[in-house]
Amino acid sequence: MDLKLDDHMKDGIRVVDVEGEIDVYTAPRLRELLIDLVNKGDYQLVVNMEKVEFLDSTGLGVLVGGLKRVRAHDGSLDLVCRQERILKIFRITGLTKVFGIHDTVEEAIKARKSEK
Amino acid sequence: MVEVTFTPLPAHVRTARLVAVAVARRSGVAEALLDEVRLAVGEACSRAVEAHRQYCPAEPVKIELTDTGGRFEVVVTDAAPAGPGVPPAEVAGVTGIANGIPGPLEAVPAGQQATGSAAEGGGSGEAASAGPAGVPVPPVNGQGGLQDGFGLAVIAELADDVKISRTPAGISVAMSWPSSPGER
Repeated sequence: MDLKLDDHMKDGIRVVDVEGEIDVYTAPRLRELLIDLVNKGDYQLVVNMEKVEFLDSTGLGVLVGGLKRVRAHDGSLDLVCRQERILKIFRITGLTKVFGIHDTVEEAIKARKSEK
Repeated sequence: MVEVTFTPLPAHVRTARLVAVAVARRSGVAEALLDEVRLAVGEACSRAVEAHRQYCPAEPVKIELTDTGGRFEVVVTDAAPAGPGVPPAEVAGVTGIANGIPGPLEAVPAGQQATGSAAEGGGSGEAASAGPAGVPVPPVNGQGGLQDGFGLAVIAELADDVKISRTPAGISVAMSWPSSPGER
């Protein structure tokens, strides 16, 4: 399956919905979207990965790159994911300590708001 | 044995993953391990594709899938003289590779500061910035991916037997999982 990307504002935070496979072929599209959002001034991001079917280290790199970009503007990039197959790669790479990973978009937004 | 060669295009890596999982399932690899096969083969092929695109874009990447002696083995061989993510010295096993990666796998333990190898690697020239709870954000390379070698380290965590060796042509990544012929 190809990669589908969509984004919308929710409670003042930009939510990026990702569906499909994030790999060496599709990851550049996600990277471009994240760069575009940051360039437009969206520094509070939530990436909803509930419908992501595959994620490799290229995709992880794009997410880390996005996090670096928003952090340069004192922003944030939180993830939403409950799938064990996706969470596993975050765990084995230690990136669970780098990203805030939440069960739902609402929880991610709530956690972000409470930190303000 | 199943052998697949493909032109080094990122779009073909997905095809390689699908073939590997199909052959693994046919070989009797447990369903619970198929996600690991998918990810590990994808990482190996991504690394090989990047190496070929950099050094020999006209040469195909080769994958061999075999099922012998209760093991399903996948060997991904590139033809790049100096692929990314592999130390210059000859390597005998994945331990050497993992130890040689000055990267995120070592950089992210809680409380670790953004100093040392984590801040120096990556080639982007950017200092690592702090993530939640002060954890440094791993460096990314010029293409926006994690630094070279990260994919190999992921493979090392996924396959229970990994051998990375330098062939006369390039780098060979061999990884295997248990298979159960009786379940075919």
